[in-house]
Amino acid sequence: MSARMLAILMVFALPVLAAPAGDPSTSLYQLKVGLTAQDGRAMGLDVYRGNRVLVTMFYSSCQATCPLIIDTLRAVEHKLDAARLRDVRVLLVSIDPEHDTPEALAATARERRIDTSRWTLAQADEGTVRLVAAALGVQYRRLPDGQYSHATQISVLDEKGNIIAQSDELGGADEKLIEALASR
Amino acid sequence: MRKLFVAALLAGLVFPPTPVLAAEPRDVKLPGGVFTTVLPPAARTKTAGVRPFRMDRALVSNADYARFARSHSEWQRDHVARLFADESYLSHWRGSAVPGEDVARQPVTQVSWFAASAYCEARGARLPRWYEWEFAAAASETSPDARADAAWRQKILDWYAKSASGSLPDAGASPANYYGIRDLHGVAWEWVEDAGGMLVSEDSREQGDGGNRFCGAGATSFEEKENYAMLMRIAMLSSMKASYTSGSMSFRCVTDVEPRK
Repeated sequence: MSARMLAILMVFALPVLAAPAGDPSTSLYQLKVGLTAQDGRAMGLDVYRGNRVLVTMFYSSCQATCPLIIDTLRAVEHKLDAARLRDVRVLLVSIDPEHDTPEALAATARERRIDTSRWTLAQADEGTVRLVAAALGVQYRRLPDGQYSHATQISVLDEKGNIIAQSDELGGADEKLIEALASR
Repeated sequence: MRKLFVAALLAGLVFPPTPVLAAEPRDVKLPGGVFTTVLPPAARTKTAGVRPFRMDRALVSNADYARFARSHSEWQRDHVARLFADESYLSHWRGSAVPGEDVARQPVTQVSWFAASAYCEARGARLPRWYEWEFAAAASETSPDARADAAWRQKILDWYAKSASGSLPDAGASPANYYGIRDLHGVAWEWVEDAGGMLVSEDSREQGDGGNRFCGAGATSFEEKENYAMLMRIAMLSSMKASYTSGSMSFRCVTDVEPRK
């Protein structure tokens, strides 16, 4: 067989060999959803593309363990050295679009003295919340009294939006999250 | 008169009557209301309220889903992102957007929650919420709520005992229930919109070791334990992540009757 024949054959054979069995991407940034930040800014879930991100879901009016989520995120950040911390971002997505207006989120940010240059509190419509929760694997349920019950799971996303670590630990700083933020 | 009759007869020959199923409207309105649920929404609350809604009479078929996949290439088997569907997505189809002839009329299976949600959304609809599904599925062929009927319950349980083998019946081929809805029992499991939160927490403030921690005042415990078939369904749904697919998991869509406030 001539080299030319072989080359032609390869051109035809290649697409067959490369036929994808679906797109292997698990990046959360494939979710084309619109969120609104505490300052009213419209953004996508990929607002922190290019950074390692701590992502979790919460709601402001929650009196029980939700305040602990912010403490937990801080405990994780506290374990990072200053250089690493500069590159880490935090995204809190509210599951309660009815009460967590951008104004309510801004008030929470002020009360909890959140550094909004690296942290974002965001809200989105009900359908978007459901998609984001499904992608993060966060289980939640609206209760008849308007409160929510939800898993307090924290995820680390890599620069492209893939989940590289998850933790249910509240209060302390889970080593899994620290490692995922510190690794390259 | 006779002329008219002949004309009608001829018309019948030219346009043969469509099967009964095809002549039925796609969906039907359900009145909603307050009913006793197997999944108490909160501690000491055994009832759930459902607003009026419209529900598909039949499960979505492979042919229906193929039309959607052809116009939404990101949901074709060879293009779908792993984030949205696992490796078994539409694995029973002949091609990326082509089901086999043999399964075209059967309920579509091997679809993830993400995929089912996207299908309904493209139709301007959504997946039913659990309480909507449970409300519709409480009806037998003759009663809007047959759950106290032991014979009816046994019939449903018998299906769970013998399913899992053999091919699925065609979508819409099972008898219509009181509301005119088919396929709710004895055909396949069905995705619901809130599948990801059905078993959230016994008591959120309880901080167990190792397991998920929950925030908020929640309470999930089963009621109506005699409705074993319903509990199996909830357990099945709760074991599925949103990207999972299964050969026995299908779906249907619903729409709101009144716009939400």
